[in-house]
Amino acid sequence: MPNTLNRPQNRRSLLKAGLAGAGIAAGAGVAGMAWAAPAPATLLNVSYDPTRELYKAINTAFAAQWKAKTGQDVTINQSHGGSGAQSRSVADGLAADVVTLALAWDIDALADRDLLAKDWQKRLPDNSSPYTSTIVFLVRKGNPKASRDWGDLIKPGIEVITPNPKTSGGARWNFLAAYAWALKQPGGNDAKARDYIGKLYRQVPVLDTGARGSTNTFVQRGIGDVLLAWENEAHLSLVEEPGKFEIVTPSLSILAEPPVAVVDKVVERKQTRGIAEAYLKFLYTPEGQEIIAKNFYRPRNATIGAKYGGQFPKLPLVTIDGQFGGWRKAQATFFADGGVFDQIYKPK
Amino acid sequence: MTTVRAAFAWRRPSVIPGFGPAMGFTLFYLTMIVLIPLAALALRPWEHGVAGVWKTLSDDRVLAALRLSFGAALIASALNVVMGVIVAWALVRYRFPGKGLVDAAVDLPFALPTAVAGIALATLYGPHGWIGGLFFPLGIKIAYTPLGVLIALIAVGLPFVVRTVQPILAEAEVEIEDAAATLGATQWQWFSRVLLPALTPAVITGFSLAFARAVGEYGSVIFIAGNMPMRSEIAPLLIVTKLEQFDYAGAAAIGLAMLVLSFAALMVINGLQLVAARRGSAR
Repeated sequence: MPNTLNRPQNRRSLLKAGLAGAGIAAGAGVAGMAWAAPAPATLLNVSYDPTRELYKAINTAFAAQWKAKTGQDVTINQSHGGSGAQSRSVADGLAADVVTLALAWDIDALADRDLLAKDWQKRLPDNSSPYTSTIVFLVRKGNPKASRDWGDLIKPGIEVITPNPKTSGGARWNFLAAYAWALKQPGGNDAKARDYIGKLYRQVPVLDTGARGSTNTFVQRGIGDVLLAWENEAHLSLVEEPGKFEIVTPSLSILAEPPVAVVDKVVERKQTRGIAEAYLKFLYTPEGQEIIAKNFYRPRNATIGAKYGGQFPKLPLVTIDGQFGGWRKAQATFFADGGVFDQIYKPK
Repeated sequence: MTTVRAAFAWRRPSVIPGFGPAMGFTLFYLTMIVLIPLAALALRPWEHGVAGVWKTLSDDRVLAALRLSFGAALIASALNVVMGVIVAWALVRYRFPGKGLVDAAVDLPFALPTAVAGIALATLYGPHGWIGGLFFPLGIKIAYTPLGVLIALIAVGLPFVVRTVQPILAEAEVEIEDAAATLGATQWQWFSRVLLPALTPAVITGFSLAFARAVGEYGSVIFIAGNMPMRSEIAPLLIVTKLEQFDYAGAAAIGLAMLVLSFAALMVINGLQLVAARRGSAR
């Protein structure tokens, strides 16, 4: 709907640009140049921590495709950080044409501030998540502490690295994956799951503010025995430091759906809705999905998923809606002030 | 009319020309840069009333963080006073090869982005780092503990002490030292009765600058602190955490508490300075 509202304005500015262009060209006496390439466009994609490499590849491919299709040059700037921090930056006025964050809650928070429509998640296929991922363990070569499943992580002497769920989206997925595993154990209930999660966080020596920070703590600084990591981030570490780490797939994890959305308020002001929407739709094309799989995110496209199937082991995955009643509820129960996470650190 | 003029007259500030524009500019500048932002901070936390602010500030975790931030800043600036005076002394009194480089190195913590300093310190003092690796077998963990916070605060505060003390030391002429010696003063008497009184105001200024900087330091600490609630979580991190949950009022409440505490600390330090100055002039 905002699309149609926008159109007359677009046409007017196009007309203006055309007239101005014609004027200049006529003045210069080169009428043939009046219809040269349209003015270059700039988009800002505000994303979460571990997507740097993914969007670098996507941006190059999309810019080439857009240029071939429309003749317009487009530059896509990327901004990365903890998902919550990025969401707040946008809420505070960072002019993001599109947001590609770690979890729906961080975009819901923007919808609550009327930056985009409340039903944003229904505007693109698959809950607006063109790729999924899950949480796995990254351990040191040979898995010296034999950490094979969630239950092993609370054994004495094991150090677990995970970021702070208050500031990091990935950390919230980590937390909920662990919690879901504890719930699904024989005789599991909320009390037992809370007990498990409390023990788990007592094995954590450092709480970084973002997923990339935790990866650096584990990989570069050599702290900890197990890193709870995005699957894509774990694969990236294997590529960057070959032979030093291995991935352990736990018996159960969570289906992480990092969603994408056009920020209505921003694209209306900058008149970039068309290109911003094309950019996000590009993620769903076979070309986009292939780049996604190459960067170790699980693609939605079944054909490409099958092609890269070897790097994505099958494991039971709980969902945020099925297990925890959606992000709003999970956020309030677990991560709000005084929630389950805060209780862990309450002095007895 | 005349009474108004009279009221002003006793306060006529200065006969030096240009007072009006200079004062006007000063007030305007301070208002834009300091007073308005601080006023905004002071107004922000009251969304949920006094009870809301109290609830935020009386939380164990917030109290632990404030204790750590102010405690570590106090210790770090106290250590910096001792070390800073020694460094300044070495730089002023001795000539040695590479002095220029050493002198420049003191300023590095000013110039480096704090995050760079933090990452470098965390790597160095981590259990597998050059320095941390020496202590780790002894059971002493530096990075990711409150000790790590202290190291970072010492690093960012050092130049403040050195740079305020250095010029005063340079001015304390060797002739005065010789004069004291000819009058029969021992080395210790010269140090405690001649040099120290001259140095005290500068040392206190250096201390308060280092302290103020350390209390609010975020960038470098965050990488080395470990950020564990109740243990190694600094107050500025809690502010950021609250902001990221859109709890602007809670964040502002902690900010305001830090402001008030810092202000009180600096007032005490200024008072000490006044006492020191009076004692110096009475002598």
